[in-house]
Amino acid sequence: MSEAPLPMREHALDNIRFIRDAMERAGSFTSIPGWGGVGVGVTAIAATIIAQQFLGKSLRMWLATWLAEAIVAAAIGFGTMTVKARRSEEPFMSGAAKRFFISYFAPLVAGAVVTLALVRVEAYAAIPSVWLLLYGAAFVSSGAFSIRVIPVMGVAFMLFGGLAALVPLNASNIILGIAFGGLHIIFGFIIARSYGG
Amino acid sequence: MAKSAAVKKNEVVETQIPDLDRVIHEKTRLAMISALAVNPTLTFNELKAVLKTTDGNVSVHARKLEDAGYLSCKKSFAGRVPRTEYTLTASGRRALEKYLNHMEALIKAVKQ
Repeated sequence: MSEAPLPMREHALDNIRFIRDAMERAGSFTSIPGWGGVGVGVTAIAATIIAQQFLGKSLRMWLATWLAEAIVAAAIGFGTMTVKARRSEEPFMSGAAKRFFISYFAPLVAGAVVTLALVRVEAYAAIPSVWLLLYGAAFVSSGAFSIRVIPVMGVAFMLFGGLAALVPLNASNIILGIAFGGLHIIFGFIIARSYGG
Repeated sequence: MAKSAAVKKNEVVETQIPDLDRVIHEKTRLAMISALAVNPTLTFNELKAVLKTTDGNVSVHARKLEDAGYLSCKKSFAGRVPRTEYTLTASGRRALEKYLNHMEALIKAVKQ
């Protein structure tokens, strides 16, 4: 075996790559919508501008603006994900998809509950940081079952979340806009160009 | 019909490694075993989607892997729709590990 010719080595490497690719395909949910992410980013920038007008006037309206944006973003995300999954014939109920969605939604549910608790004690200033940290955590955890760029995006959101914890609400609203707007657009383009739309 | 380069390369490897497991050396079956190694179970349709192949191909290759004892197959009904689920057996997992060891040994042998 020590005299194995070079083509055999290439063949062995090919086979190992083939096995790795098959495992990644089978173990990952890959229908993450890049263009959907760009769309979410654009609406988040609009939400930032609208929400900024309410700071100092009505914090409930500030919150309502962002909650409305969350609904719009969820609709864009779900719609574009469905289209991409259908196009690539990837089932939503595969084992990998289920693991992805459970890991994704667990931190988001936690975020919703913590938001409710913070609103009850009127601690609005903490909300942007909590949202960014838990939204980032959702991508870090679900990224284990998806394309490689997802956990990186999650870490970027968490870094902005850490930053938002250190500043007052009028500044952390801008950070929300930079993260929900900018990161979605940047990573959306990366995903769209590298992972088929 | 002329043989493709990939088929020729496969034959070279097969003749040079006499104890290579022919059952999983075939690409579709290797992909099936690999996909099942990272999922507790996969249905017939999930396997078909992962492999991007036809019903017939999945059936034929799954049967060969079952005959070798590498896969177990469970048939049931989800409502009125028949459902076939495949699971990798302990023997199938060992066969994949052995195959990977073979490939790694080949790579190391050429490096030395």
